[in-house]
Amino acid sequence: MSSIEREDAGQIIIEFEGQPVTAQEGDTVAAALLRAGYWTFRMTAVNGRARGPFCMMGVCFDCLVEIDGLANCQACMTDVQAGMRIKRQQGANDISHGAAP
Amino acid sequence: MSTNYDAIVVGGGLVGSAIAYGLQRQGLSTIILDEGDIAYRAARGNFGLVWVQSKGIDFPPYAQWTWQSAESWSELNAEINAITGEDIGYRRPGGAEICINAEEFEAKRENMLRLSSHARHFKFEMLDRKAMADLVPGLGPDVAGGCYSPADGHANPLLLLRGLHQCLLAKGGRIDNGAMVTAIQRRGEAFAVATAKAEYQGARLVLAAGLGTPGLAAMIGMNVPVRPQRGQIMVTERVKPFLSLPLSRVRQTVEGGVQLGDSKEEVGFNEGTTSSVMNRIANRAVKMFPHLRRANVVRAWGALRVMSPDGYPIYARSERHPGAFAAVCHSGVTLAAAHVLHLAGYIAEGALPETLAPMSERRFNNV
Repeated sequence: MSSIEREDAGQIIIEFEGQPVTAQEGDTVAAALLRAGYWTFRMTAVNGRARGPFCMMGVCFDCLVEIDGLANCQACMTDVQAGMRIKRQQGANDISHGAAP
Repeated sequence: MSTNYDAIVVGGGLVGSAIAYGLQRQGLSTIILDEGDIAYRAARGNFGLVWVQSKGIDFPPYAQWTWQSAESWSELNAEINAITGEDIGYRRPGGAEICINAEEFEAKRENMLRLSSHARHFKFEMLDRKAMADLVPGLGPDVAGGCYSPADGHANPLLLLRGLHQCLLAKGGRIDNGAMVTAIQRRGEAFAVATAKAEYQGARLVLAAGLGTPGLAAMIGMNVPVRPQRGQIMVTERVKPFLSLPLSRVRQTVEGGVQLGDSKEEVGFNEGTTSSVMNRIANRAVKMFPHLRRANVVRAWGALRVMSPDGYPIYARSERHPGAFAAVCHSGVTLAAAHVLHLAGYIAEGALPETLAPMSERRFNNV
């Protein structure tokens, strides 16, 4: 994980809430989104409050996002890949709808 | 120098806390001596069912006692809520056991007929796949059906435990944590109970220390045989509510997490988890509800049930030392209401009723 500009790192494009975001190869999703200025990653399951990354090491579960249709992914534990489509996690995962498992 | 109480309860889990609060609300000054987190904490691993439909199928006294507790649960819940202001998650929408094949369905039907032959108040319905799917949407295509009983319910076991502690303290009782009991002696009409740091004296002594009970009971010549039986549970992330009633192996909590159980393993004092058992639990859960495949599992744990040789509770009163009792069982959530509202009263009076005699430890002395 790094949010520091690295001269040797290649740039890739990911998507957050429909907007293109430039990320560096080797970034985590959380690092890339924070560097792009996004702070709100999810709305809580209990009362819909805004949350964002807190621990950046996989334990706080506050950086949850939906990645390529998969709900509740930890942004700080997931490396960016070109073309990833990321959305805010809106409340609890609705497992009874959506594509067949 | 010892501190005096009317009653000393050894064990601060669901059984000990329920009895201690029950004694305190009867007006007996009561203290819980709790070993601390080195103890095998069955109360911390509970699945949270208030469950009637599988209990005492071939043992009417246990079926009756379970029923009595389930019927008293709303009273206990209201009392905890009034004292603490907490919602401990108690709901009684009925409950169901899902049978994934015809063989399971037939076995369940036979069990329920046996149970209702002596438990006449017990109501149940065997539902085919379609009727069950109306009750619990999302049911998998291969499920055979199952059994619905309006008597069943569920609660949050951790909030129940904390609620019992809070109620005890609110009524003037005490809890001593990290208080491993090192010696118990009869002293005149009372019992002297020693820990590493202090000594307590009480006219009533209740041993309700789960798997620690056999060793404590031996200190005053009582035989209370229990062994550990492991159960593994997994819990998913919070998902949108899809399950309006608890099932025997799948329970969605008020907060949205889905608990998946369970196993019955004879592995001694090993509280761990194994991938093979979790795999089996997950496979069965996905067979019941295919969309659970999309839910992430966030935690898994093993905990040790407190099992007597025949699986039923042990409620013992010492013949040699009047005033000394032992109470051990699994299903501490289901039986919590009976322990607070009924058992504690019997212990306060100093004698257990005939209805509990079949669950005395004496049944193990004649074999």
